[in-house]
Amino acid sequence: MEAFFKGVRPGTSGLKDKTGSQKDGSKPGRKQAPPPWVEKYRPKTVDEVAFQEEVVTVLKKTLQGADFPNLLFYGPPGTGKTSTILALGRQMFGEMYRSRILELNASDERGIQVIREKVKNFAQQTASNRTPEGKPCPAFKIIILDEADSMTKAAQDALRRTMERQSKSTRFCLICNYVSRIIGPLTSRCSKFRFKPLSKDILIQRLQDISEKESVKAEPGVLESLVDISEGDLRKAITFLQSAHRLKGDLGINLDDILEIGGVVPSKWLDKLFDICKSDSYEKLETFVTDMVAEGFSAGQLMGQLHDKIVFTEELNDKQKSVICNRLAVCDHRLMDGADEFLQIMDMMTVIMHQLCHASS
Amino acid sequence: MSLWVDKHRPTNLSKLDFHKKQAAHLKKLVHGGDFPHLLVYGPSGAGKKTRILCLLRELYGAGTEKLRIEHQHFQTPSKRKIEIVTIASNYHIEVNPSDVGIYDRVVVQELLKTVAQTQQLETNSQREFKVVILNEVDKLTKDAQHALRRTMEKYMSTCRLILCCNSSSKVIPAIKSRCLGVRVPAPTVEQIVTVLQTVCKKESLSIPPELAERIAEKSNRNLRRAILMCESCRVQQYPFVPDQDIPEPDWEVFLKETAKLIVQEQSPRKLFEVRGRIYELLIHLIPCEVIFKGLLKELVNNCDGQLKGEVTQLAAYYEHRLQLGNKAIYHIEAFIAKFMSIYKKFLEESMADVF
Repeated sequence: MEAFFKGVRPGTSGLKDKTGSQKDGSKPGRKQAPPPWVEKYRPKTVDEVAFQEEVVTVLKKTLQGADFPNLLFYGPPGTGKTSTILALGRQMFGEMYRSRILELNASDERGIQVIREKVKNFAQQTASNRTPEGKPCPAFKIIILDEADSMTKAAQDALRRTMERQSKSTRFCLICNYVSRIIGPLTSRCSKFRFKPLSKDILIQRLQDISEKESVKAEPGVLESLVDISEGDLRKAITFLQSAHRLKGDLGINLDDILEIGGVVPSKWLDKLFDICKSDSYEKLETFVTDMVAEGFSAGQLMGQLHDKIVFTEELNDKQKSVICNRLAVCDHRLMDGADEFLQIMDMMTVIMHQLCHASS
Repeated sequence: MSLWVDKHRPTNLSKLDFHKKQAAHLKKLVHGGDFPHLLVYGPSGAGKKTRILCLLRELYGAGTEKLRIEHQHFQTPSKRKIEIVTIASNYHIEVNPSDVGIYDRVVVQELLKTVAQTQQLETNSQREFKVVILNEVDKLTKDAQHALRRTMEKYMSTCRLILCCNSSSKVIPAIKSRCLGVRVPAPTVEQIVTVLQTVCKKESLSIPPELAERIAEKSNRNLRRAILMCESCRVQQYPFVPDQDIPEPDWEVFLKETAKLIVQEQSPRKLFEVRGRIYELLIHLIPCEVIFKGLLKELVNNCDGQLKGEVTQLAAYYEHRLQLGNKAIYHIEAFIAKFMSIYKKFLEESMADVF
């Protein structure tokens, strides 16, 4: 019976293996949509993970047989947290990946009930230190809790004792963006690894690799501006690159396309906005902001770009800058709470207008 | 007989009236037989939904127009039953998760998983993925948005998401970085005029260019509104004359009058009267942001430069609080009361200057 199931498995579980099989093109007669590059170029081994030397060294040690602590990965999006643990799992367990790893993320129900039942049950299974073929392999299972910062506090509390009691047969790997949202007792049970935002050189190098392999045609400077837009988030950069490539096809990607895809507010709009603020006319400002909202630019993006501009401008003194930045922070917070874009931009701009025209000391 | 808005909605990417360059790009995108998740954003009446439907048609053919309405049932972890309406064809399913309020996460999780886990059997004749359209993504709770994250990656091979929203600043960055953002700007006045003229031509009516221009200007660059206005003009009076008056929505007139009342007199008695009017507006389901924006626009006309900025900041402050609270009337009234107070002070000061 067991063998029967094993035989069937590769076919039925095709869902997740698909990205794998697409690469070899091993299924003839079936037209395959190209996989997203983000999946295609996900690192396959821990060595391939870019830029996170400390983490990689520790994990490589564990692969060679050192003991394996519970892990807590944190860092900004797109720095390779999920990729690293998936690669590690694959390297460690190979074929047995499926039975040894339980991956839970925010899209699964993860209340306290699930922790009590699913996680506990999985954790209680013992794992042998041999694969079915008789090769040695680590005698534990891994539970990956992705996006752990969106778990409820109660669920995190339920994990505490489970984590310790099952330490013989199970390792946990928590992944989150903000370590501050994980309760203290959990962080103290894990070894923490911070994933740094990727440096520009690394990003550019990766993007160049991919564009060579996929024969992307891009004007010079495109990759650099792509890196600027993506703010150290490699996934974002790759998604944007692929989108731009798909949109333009063989025509070649130029700078405007990248800016459009990134949703960046063009600098001429920003300059105009500033000029209007200098004119001290509320009516002009109102019409302009109405237009701007109608163009569909994102207010959050606008706030970010305004900040860059304010900080480096020569026309304002430090005090004025700090007043404006203070208001920027307030407005950005309000936007996150779901306040109306038009009103918040108007609020922001009236403050800037006041500072530019009336508060020069 | 359907409304002109639906009747003359373009069904083909190449027949779209404006943003043609973008349409061409989208066409190319679909042409490869595949596309990434999309995040379509822009103000209302800019043609987001039209573009999405055109895209689907381009992808799957006419089959997407055979729609059926289904009621789906879900159960929340607290054993509460919720029901949501979905509109589906054989190839796509459309849902508005914010309809169920705070339980939207359950809908997103369950619905996406059921759709995404079914694989197409016959992949040679069909696309091998289905499309899920989520409306009003900006109104989704943070929880539901987080729930989308890994699902989007995991089920990439069986399902594509098209997210549709008005403002992309309320969508968490993690989702934005997984989608191709498509910005749909509102049409310009000239573009609306052209569309109005073609619609009228199709209805075999003739519209004077002056009237079309006036309608376009009144519509605040909202195409849907422009066409609806045009139709109501047609009902009111035909043949068109260039200077015929365009029926304004009566709530807009009502809001303007309310603003006038506030400026006329600043006293608790007046505030009480205004409260009644605000209630009236809220009962008719006028969104609070619209009330705020309408009031602000009228009120600042009576202020001088310095005061304008102050009033705007107040409006922004109270509107934000409204989003956090749940009783709109408190916050609107607080704004009005505050305005009355500073306006009265301003008047008294300027009077004192005169004497």
